[in-house]
Amino acid sequence: MARTATAPGAPTTRLGKAAHEIDDRLIVAGPLRRTLNKVFPDHWSFLLGEIAMYAFIVLLLSGTYLTFFFDPSMREVTYEGSYAPLRGVEMSAAYDSALDLSFDVRGGLFMRQVHHWAALLFVAAIIVHLLRIFFTGAFRRPRETNWLIGVTLMVLALLEGATGYTLPDDLLSGTGLRIISAIILAIPVLGTWAHFAVFGGDFPGELIIGRFYIVHVLLIPAILLALIAVHLLILVKQKHTQFPGPGRTEHNVVGNRLFPTFAAKAGGLFFIVFGVIAALGGLVQINPIWLWGPYNPAQVSAASQPDWYIMFLDGSTRLFPAWDINLPGNYTIPALFWPTLVLPGILFTLLALYPMIERKLTGDTASHHLLQRPRDVPVRTSLGAMALTFYLLLIISGGNDVLADKFSISLNAMTWVGRLGLIVLPPLAYAFTYRVCLGLQKHDREVLEHGIETGVIRRLPHGEFIEVHQPLGPVDEHGHGQLAYGGAPVPKRMNQIGGARRAIRGFFTPIEEPAQVELEQQREERGVASAEARELTGSGRPSEGGKPQEPRD
Amino acid sequence: MSTTNPQSDAQPDDVPRRARSRRTRPTEGTPAAAARSRRLSKARRRVANVAGLMAALVLTGALYSTLAPAHADEVGAAGDPDYDAGQEIYENSCISCHGSNLEGVDGRGPSLIGVGGAAVYFQVHTGRMPLVRQGEQAADKPVVFSDEEIDQLVTYVQANGGGPAVPSDEVASSDGDLALGGELFRLNCASCHNFVGEGGALSSGKYAPSLHNADDLEIYTAMLSGPENMPVFGDNQLSPEEKRAIINYIQTVKEMPDPGGAGIGRTGPVAEGLVIWLVGMSALMFGIFWMGSKA
Repeated sequence: MARTATAPGAPTTRLGKAAHEIDDRLIVAGPLRRTLNKVFPDHWSFLLGEIAMYAFIVLLLSGTYLTFFFDPSMREVTYEGSYAPLRGVEMSAAYDSALDLSFDVRGGLFMRQVHHWAALLFVAAIIVHLLRIFFTGAFRRPRETNWLIGVTLMVLALLEGATGYTLPDDLLSGTGLRIISAIILAIPVLGTWAHFAVFGGDFPGELIIGRFYIVHVLLIPAILLALIAVHLLILVKQKHTQFPGPGRTEHNVVGNRLFPTFAAKAGGLFFIVFGVIAALGGLVQINPIWLWGPYNPAQVSAASQPDWYIMFLDGSTRLFPAWDINLPGNYTIPALFWPTLVLPGILFTLLALYPMIERKLTGDTASHHLLQRPRDVPVRTSLGAMALTFYLLLIISGGNDVLADKFSISLNAMTWVGRLGLIVLPPLAYAFTYRVCLGLQKHDREVLEHGIETGVIRRLPHGEFIEVHQPLGPVDEHGHGQLAYGGAPVPKRMNQIGGARRAIRGFFTPIEEPAQVELEQQREERGVASAEARELTGSGRPSEGGKPQEPRD
Repeated sequence: MSTTNPQSDAQPDDVPRRARSRRTRPTEGTPAAAARSRRLSKARRRVANVAGLMAALVLTGALYSTLAPAHADEVGAAGDPDYDAGQEIYENSCISCHGSNLEGVDGRGPSLIGVGGAAVYFQVHTGRMPLVRQGEQAADKPVVFSDEEIDQLVTYVQANGGGPAVPSDEVASSDGDLALGGELFRLNCASCHNFVGEGGALSSGKYAPSLHNADDLEIYTAMLSGPENMPVFGDNQLSPEEKRAIINYIQTVKEMPDPGGAGIGRTGPVAEGLVIWLVGMSALMFGIFWMGSKA
């Protein structure tokens, strides 16, 4: 080989040469290197948004399969498929093709169920992701834009879900569509015209399924996709936030590089998400439209609910009193207007503007890249708990007839619990959360000052009993620690600072010999735990190994 | 306007009649004679009207008793062993709330006169009666009486006031048109019993029960008698064929396996929402905890 003919550092393998050829033409090595070197924080909560993204990918794939067979038309047909109890029944082509998808298309029912479960998971993951962002203060400057995009994504996901819920044109979705129509009609002044614009006439007309279909498969997904791309690009540009901890500052990101560690983790998570959705789709029945029957405006079933993410609006509708406002001139603002349009309008506006509201109230306009522990910002945490209580009560009230039936509670009692609860419980949740935050803060300070409780009781020569505390750092003449609180988790148990022997490795079963680990521990003196401390704490205490630990350096 | 109504004489449309009577009897010119003849003709009219009414009633009754699906042969009377046994059961188990003559007791139980054997069959065969305690609604529970005892009770109550009788097994079977049954079920039943008879809540602790344990005859007699908050679906609302179609739909769908996997109650979004949070989201949270702890 003419080794001297190649420049130093030039690729020698075939793959390397091919890559070199590509780079010669496209000049991608630099940006690619930068991208692959991007560092992701390794805290578990940073994977929540990814669950939503992977659910969205599953939605795109399964939804595409469904479009091959679904006919979004309200043409009247007579069912002649394999589901006997509906044979000969007149229905829309949309419902007919949805039934065919369920019974006569190979893999159709599985795909339908995967699509529906993925949709429920998509919104659930978005909301958990949003809670993480909210409670840790990740929305603070400079990330308000991404917060706004995130809220928009969530609202679009709700609309996407609601339009998809309507498409099969079964009795359940038709009931939902009737409610959507009523909500549109309830808009003051514009209502009737808006309804005629959306439905092309009176309810239900013959256009609405086709219109919702194109909104569901093209319009909203395209906007979602574009916004997710912008969401991620801004994330890359602004870099991740991270929890405070050793070596973590406002100017760096500590974690794993995209390649290979984070790519492996993300790829693994994708398969876990895919696996959970597929398992649900294969094992648990969702939206059995053949049981609901075709939509017929003359029919309605008990317990007709929207999917869980719209249930808070159903709940608000069920709780709101029937206060129609009759204005002079034969003009009415129906009660439906307030719980279904005004309330979500207020909720989503407050949510979207929260970063600006908090910035205004606290006067904190600095850039933040380190996250806050929820306990350290008791007002925000308590506001969040308050909002969550309100939201949960609305969701529960959305299913209050099913809960009343299953648990033999009076439906009227459920309604009044919801009405009074909406007023009484959020302030209580605020006060409770505030106290919990202060308590946790105090305990952190206490441990920093006095050390970790070892659980070892000693009797002093004069008879007094004391509990031995393990200081976390140097102490002054009174035995008080001098460490300041840095916003990071404070170790509260001895084994978090090496007091107990380290956890035996292995997830389901130990993959190493406990005896060997003990021997290895005895050979080396470790950490702050002196020989005496280990003797004190180790006596008679079972190992607490194996549990997930707080992040350590 | 009915001519049998004595009040109708005071109506202004009497005027042309009076005029007519003056025209037909021109010789009786004196006002007294005219008044007397008016009274006489009025009395005659009344008698005629009453007689006509009686005749119509008798005719209707006779026609009804011959043409209507009567169960004269089933109606027992004192002396009939079934009737006596039924009366004994009634007096042991029902009398405290329904009264010694089935007239009902205020605040305890309704009158059973005219409720018919169908109501008795439904209430007793599903275990709702005898009632455990007063409440919003009687719950179904293990049946207390044997089928024979229920028949005796049915005979006793049917004999006291009649009402919808227990249909025969051929009438209350489940061999109707399945698709029609589905349509009728969704139209008439689903608004309380849910899409496929899972049951649902009504106001103030009342509820439409699940139809899982209901047999053909129980469903049929429930439709006939309209127990609790359920409306009566008489044969004019739903013909016997339509009732059989509904029963067929309920029983068929009930036995049908769930092609999509676990049925999770067949109640739709509430159960699905619980599953996605408690199973789906929880499993994934566990997954990312795991990945986080392995970082």
